[in-house]
Amino acid sequence: MTMTGKALGGTGRWLDDRLHAAHGTRYLLRKIFPDHWSFLLGEIALYSFIILLLTGTFLTLWFQPSMTQIVYHGSYLPLRGVKMSEAYASTLKISFDVRGGLLMRQIHHWAADLFMAAIMAHMIRVFFTGAYRKPREMNWLIGIVLFTLGMFEGLFGYSLPDDLLSGAGLRITEGILQSFPIVGTYLAFFLFGGQFPGHVIIPRLYILHVLVIPGLILALITAHLFLMFHQKHTQMPGKGRTDTNVVGAPMYPYFMAKTGAFFLFVFAALALAGTFAQINPVWIYGPYNPVAMSAGSQPDFYMGMLEGALRVMPNWQTVIWGHTISWNVFLPALVPLGIIFTGAAFWPFIEQWVTGDRREHHVNDRPRNAPTRTAIGIAAITFYGVLWAEGANDILADHLDISLYSITWAARISMFVGPVIAYIVTKRICLGLQRKDQHLLEHGVETGIIRQLPSGEFIEETRPVDEEALAVLQSRPVHPELPPGESAESGVPAPGMRGALGKVRSRLYKVITESAPMEDGHGNGHGNGHAAIGDGHGNGHANGGQQPATVSAGDGSGDAAETEGSQPDPDADEPGH
Amino acid sequence: MTDGMKPGQPGEGGWQSGHDPADAAEPEGHGSPHRVIGTPPPAEARTMLAAQDTAPEHVRELPADPDDPVRAKKVERLVAAIFTLAFLAGCGFIASYVLFTGHTLVGVQHSNMALGGSLALVLLLLGIGTVIWVRHLMPAVELTEERHPLRSTEEERAEFKETFEEGAEASQFVKRPLLRRTLMLASLPLAAAPLVLLRDLGPLPHNDLDYTVWRKGLRLWVYGANRPISPAEFDTPGSVISIIPAGYQDDDDALAKAAVIIIKFRPGQLHFTKENHPVNDKVVENWTVDNIVAYSKICTHVGCPAALYEQTTHHILCPCHQSTFDATRGAKVIFGPAPRPLPQLPITVDAQGYLVAKGDFDQPVGPSFFERGSFPQ
Repeated sequence: MTMTGKALGGTGRWLDDRLHAAHGTRYLLRKIFPDHWSFLLGEIALYSFIILLLTGTFLTLWFQPSMTQIVYHGSYLPLRGVKMSEAYASTLKISFDVRGGLLMRQIHHWAADLFMAAIMAHMIRVFFTGAYRKPREMNWLIGIVLFTLGMFEGLFGYSLPDDLLSGAGLRITEGILQSFPIVGTYLAFFLFGGQFPGHVIIPRLYILHVLVIPGLILALITAHLFLMFHQKHTQMPGKGRTDTNVVGAPMYPYFMAKTGAFFLFVFAALALAGTFAQINPVWIYGPYNPVAMSAGSQPDFYMGMLEGALRVMPNWQTVIWGHTISWNVFLPALVPLGIIFTGAAFWPFIEQWVTGDRREHHVNDRPRNAPTRTAIGIAAITFYGVLWAEGANDILADHLDISLYSITWAARISMFVGPVIAYIVTKRICLGLQRKDQHLLEHGVETGIIRQLPSGEFIEETRPVDEEALAVLQSRPVHPELPPGESAESGVPAPGMRGALGKVRSRLYKVITESAPMEDGHGNGHGNGHAAIGDGHGNGHANGGQQPATVSAGDGSGDAAETEGSQPDPDADEPGH
Repeated sequence: MTDGMKPGQPGEGGWQSGHDPADAAEPEGHGSPHRVIGTPPPAEARTMLAAQDTAPEHVRELPADPDDPVRAKKVERLVAAIFTLAFLAGCGFIASYVLFTGHTLVGVQHSNMALGGSLALVLLLLGIGTVIWVRHLMPAVELTEERHPLRSTEEERAEFKETFEEGAEASQFVKRPLLRRTLMLASLPLAAAPLVLLRDLGPLPHNDLDYTVWRKGLRLWVYGANRPISPAEFDTPGSVISIIPAGYQDDDDALAKAAVIIIKFRPGQLHFTKENHPVNDKVVENWTVDNIVAYSKICTHVGCPAALYEQTTHHILCPCHQSTFDATRGAKVIFGPAPRPLPQLPITVDAQGYLVAKGDFDQPVGPSFFERGSFPQ
């Protein structure tokens, strides 16, 4: 045994004598982590956050969160003799007089953008693969809160240098706060310590930015990771992967080494960006001044959707009993993002209620195998995307040489029409892909070899798909059957299916479970996974199973009639619906 | 055990040898307590037991070495070379710190390139080396671990319920509602305390938003130059100047509401009203001087300075959210989310011939607020 080996062994024994650690950690060393490129998206967010903590701590060593006005005498000649706040002057000092300061500032800013972009991408991945399903709903909710906190953290962070651009951002923040009915003016006065801009907003945002919000984010990330660890990561469908196992490489040494390397790559990418891609050159913008403003002002990209919502809104305002209701400001500030976040937060529970699916899911769905979910996701992204692009309507108008007002009108229309089209198109594409899969399963892979039979007939040879691909193709979800509704043959609807709510549920069930038909029946090749995890809840389901004519079977082929034009279903004549 | 480890990872081998046996010694310790006589150091005792008992039983889950030792040797050299380069790049980073000092735009640019480039190189090389190591030196494995339903068994749940209920009973919390209620009562004011403490975050708004510092006779100063201006100096039609109230150049709170633009028009371009208040998208003639009109610069949407002016169309444009105002028609809103025209500042000239305010705006400037409603819209 080498010297280091002995030393580490000694340390290990020393610790174990005191912690009983070997007992529990052996299991952790062998903990299995499934592998897929899309699982790295969340890691990018995590590592960006670590880099934010490192670079941010560096910046606090010189930054002065103070609005006291001073005259600049530092290295940057064009601003010498100009009056500015200490916050802005210390940002110049970090950029010009602290070695590595500009690098750390730029890495910090890029890391914030990457943090938010990675959260979005990760969230999109989790949604489209159904990884938010039971038992991971809590982690989904934590993720949404983290996204929201990230937006505030970013906004407060880029407001700190007190430059002309960030000051405009604060002015807009104040204007939005003022617009809220009843409490708005008070909120604005309390946050800014009086009228805008006042003398306290920078120190207040500073403590929120460096302590309060990062503390919350850190705590929630810890909870997020703990839950992920405890519940074990989901896996993509594949050979031998079921809802009762987890297939992959052990944490030690494989996952640790790979994820360590990945941290290095994320850091390297950010270092490259911080070196070669200039971001937020505050010395060009100049110190904040309430009288000046430059054209083409843009917030960071993750605020672009809110910016677009403000720009797209008509100028509606009403005065009731001497009070002004600023629909034109507080509606766009709250509603569009509110729809997306609230919708995302409720979606797992809506889906569970409609489908009655209370099983644990550990194998992810392929997006095509949940056509309605995927279509809703793309519709939401379209809605977000239209407003996000509208947030840069002046830049678009300038670069594309289109009228600014045409772009705004296009956004006003497409924010409603776009998601509908996106929904329909996505659903069609998913169903088409499902049919392609079904074709592959039934007929195999086309080899391109044409053979002539003795009878003179030409046929194309196919070969069956290999086992790995077969497992993926067969990973279609099997939805539990809905308990009988009012149209049940017995005439007695199950408890959860009565009344208007029951009708809504059975209708939504049809939409949410819509899939291309599987001709050789469900459950083919699903044996172990789905069938094994029966849940104990099933009073309704058990009933459904016993009924001779189940609603769900009827629904399934009813949709088939709609999409495929195959034979009409015997249950399709339900006038009750 | 340790001989299975590669030379590159002696440390881990050492930890495991002291670690695995401890696990195995667990049942042994319970099963035969009499074998330990006296008080030997526990760690040593476990190691001895482990050496006897577990070594033959251990079934390897991970292969010790990759399949092709010759190739492995090559990969090892490659990774070592990459790590050496990373070391050199790291030295370059430290050297850059010493060599480049910044202070000027070009100096900072060089320093940033050298520091950032070398840092990125170190990180990139380390990452690449590690990935090659993992993919080509560590033997490939895929293991399967069982998952168990997350819900506890019925017995476990029942046990938990019992334990919890026993505790609840012993605490008397359920049995004594008087205690429970007074405890909650006592915590109510405490819960409100943080909110109460935040009251002094800011003053109450009162009517602070209704007025600006403009008053009768206060001169219009050119923003930046901080000097007064006369109509004679400002006689090019189509030109526009940012204005601040005289003497308030350092008062950001005042400027955030009182900033103004003045625009010079040709005779006949402005749509005038003879009234003494703004009506029907017209300019109050009595508040202009010599076809010079003054508007608040603070956008009525969310308060950005409406800083852009298009000479040919006479449009004032706010760069933040593109609200557009027609300067010839009392700055009425032509497009965008702003709900109201930019308020017009009444101006005239003083005895020395400089532009001065005739008074404050006739309404609050800037973004709407809930209490604003009683003023002209």
